[in-house]
Amino acid sequence: MAYNSADIAAFKNVWVFCEQRQGKMMPTTFELISEGRKLADELGVELCGILLGDDVDGIAAELGGYGADRVYVYNSPLLKNYTTDAYTKVIVDAVEEFKPEIMIYGASHIGRDLAPRCAARLHTGLCADCTHLDVDLNGYVEFLRTGSNVDVDNTNFETKMFDVNTNLKMTRPAFGGHLMATIVCPRFRPAMATVRPGVMKRRPFDEEGVKKVEIVHPDFELTEADVQTEVVEVVKAAKKLVDLIGAEYIVSVGRGIAKDVEGGIALAEELADVLGGVVGASRAVVDAGWMTADHQVGQTGKTVHPKVYIALGISGAIQHKAGMQESEYIIAVNKDENAPMFEIANYGIVGDLFKVVPLLIQSIKDAKAEA
Amino acid sequence: MKIMVTVKQVPDTSGRVAVNEDGTLNRASMQTIINPDDLNAVEEALSLKDKYGCKVVAFTMGPMQAEPMLRELLAMGVDETVLISAREFGGSDTYATSQIIAAAIDTYGIDDDDIIIAGRQAIDGDTAQVGPQIAEKLHLPQVTYAGEVKKDGNVLTVKRMLEDGYMTVKVSTPCMITCIKELNDPRYMSFRGTIECWEKPLTIMDYNALKDHELIDATTIGLKGSPTNIYKSFAPPVKEPGMILEGSGKETTDQLAHILTGKHII
Repeated sequence: MAYNSADIAAFKNVWVFCEQRQGKMMPTTFELISEGRKLADELGVELCGILLGDDVDGIAAELGGYGADRVYVYNSPLLKNYTTDAYTKVIVDAVEEFKPEIMIYGASHIGRDLAPRCAARLHTGLCADCTHLDVDLNGYVEFLRTGSNVDVDNTNFETKMFDVNTNLKMTRPAFGGHLMATIVCPRFRPAMATVRPGVMKRRPFDEEGVKKVEIVHPDFELTEADVQTEVVEVVKAAKKLVDLIGAEYIVSVGRGIAKDVEGGIALAEELADVLGGVVGASRAVVDAGWMTADHQVGQTGKTVHPKVYIALGISGAIQHKAGMQESEYIIAVNKDENAPMFEIANYGIVGDLFKVVPLLIQSIKDAKAEA
Repeated sequence: MKIMVTVKQVPDTSGRVAVNEDGTLNRASMQTIINPDDLNAVEEALSLKDKYGCKVVAFTMGPMQAEPMLRELLAMGVDETVLISAREFGGSDTYATSQIIAAAIDTYGIDDDDIIIAGRQAIDGDTAQVGPQIAEKLHLPQVTYAGEVKKDGNVLTVKRMLEDGYMTVKVSTPCMITCIKELNDPRYMSFRGTIECWEKPLTIMDYNALKDHELIDATTIGLKGSPTNIYKSFAPPVKEPGMILEGSGKETTDQLAHILTGKHII
């Protein structure tokens, strides 16, 4: 029977595209497997990973430790480096064969190239750069209770259009983070989403899962004729990039360092060192060329949720806040008492960062010595 | 050889954004601009035109109010613009939008040495999906996140940016490239361009112009043909204000440090 993406009853299980580069699993994959486990449990189905590469069996079992029941592995020299054509063909063929009802990808530069292509070929819906996913309606309502301005007790969540309890509800920021939208894909399967890296929480690693996970190698067809592009080389950035997403403490600088850029960055680095953290930056700082793009936090940079986020001389444009407002504690230092950053800060100091930060470094050293 | 560029008119989300009480966007109160990444796409097309003397055609889908934006593009040096506009196309998600724009580009005609260039993503939706989905519907290869494009005959060598570096990819025309802002610095309208733009062609493709194309079907375009639907839209919560400490001297930083250690935050 011909594949039909509208035959909803034929689809089952949750799939995660497990992105690897140069044979190493991308950390976002573990976040997606963890989130996929939650969705699979809410539906009472299995969670499967789909892993493409060349000789990548060795990194498949670890996915079981984060909750995967099964991993479909596709090995081929043609899958060594990512190409849109090869990856789309293998994934589309696999989806047509196994028919998952939900499929999620990391919203990386690869995931956002691949997922739209797959969705268009499979005739199904795709929601980009999601920050929250729910199947269970109660979970969604509780998310809105704290995560939105919606008066949930006086809102009707039922609709005649589709079953609100079994359809994936995909929530994402829109209009630069000014609005949030929850998207559904009720008439086609799989419901597809790309998920913003750093947003979903990784589950505790479970050694038992590694032993239990089933590794499967389905037959597949892929020839050179299927691939219309040629990867000439893959180059890793020479400089070690800052790991903002994994950091517990982030000290970020904004336009406020303008009068002494080097001095401002040095102060931020020293404060980050005292805390055991890393240095981030606002878009203005990166656009001005004062710091490299890997430091950028915000809508067009990285989304972070460290334990403590210290914003030095960052006014707090909504695009910046979109990338850091989920931090556990936010501390702002700014000359301008009306800076929007103070609206979301747990603690704020109004003052010149060049005067305040050296004092703060000393105070933290003193307090840590006492504690 | 010609370059086809896809462009979108968007609300300027970098300025003040007004949200209605029901959680929808108050578009009437907002300025519209040419989507920033699309200006990089236009610039790339125009610099190829400077070098090879090819024609540049810009496509946009939207209401008739998009005309001033198209005149701006013509004033920058674009040779021809196509406005895809019909009530039937309204409410389209990325899938449906791609079907319609792909049908328009295909109707216009794609030659073997043509290049289609799109911006990486539009600032209103930030999806980055329409470029790749147009390429899929046209069965063309794509290279996204282009940070550098070199042309040698009908082969493009593209530096495709990744989060942790880049890959160099070769692709033959016809193909789709989506570009990031680092690709180039968009030019301004020229004085002569602002006069000439009124003489250049601005074609409207409405429903009748596209309805017989194989990609255009009531089940695959517009709100009804869109696989995704908006279930709810809402504003993020307003956070309770925190505590602004008094002063900015050593007593203040000591106070903050003690709060942080006292609560085991650091």
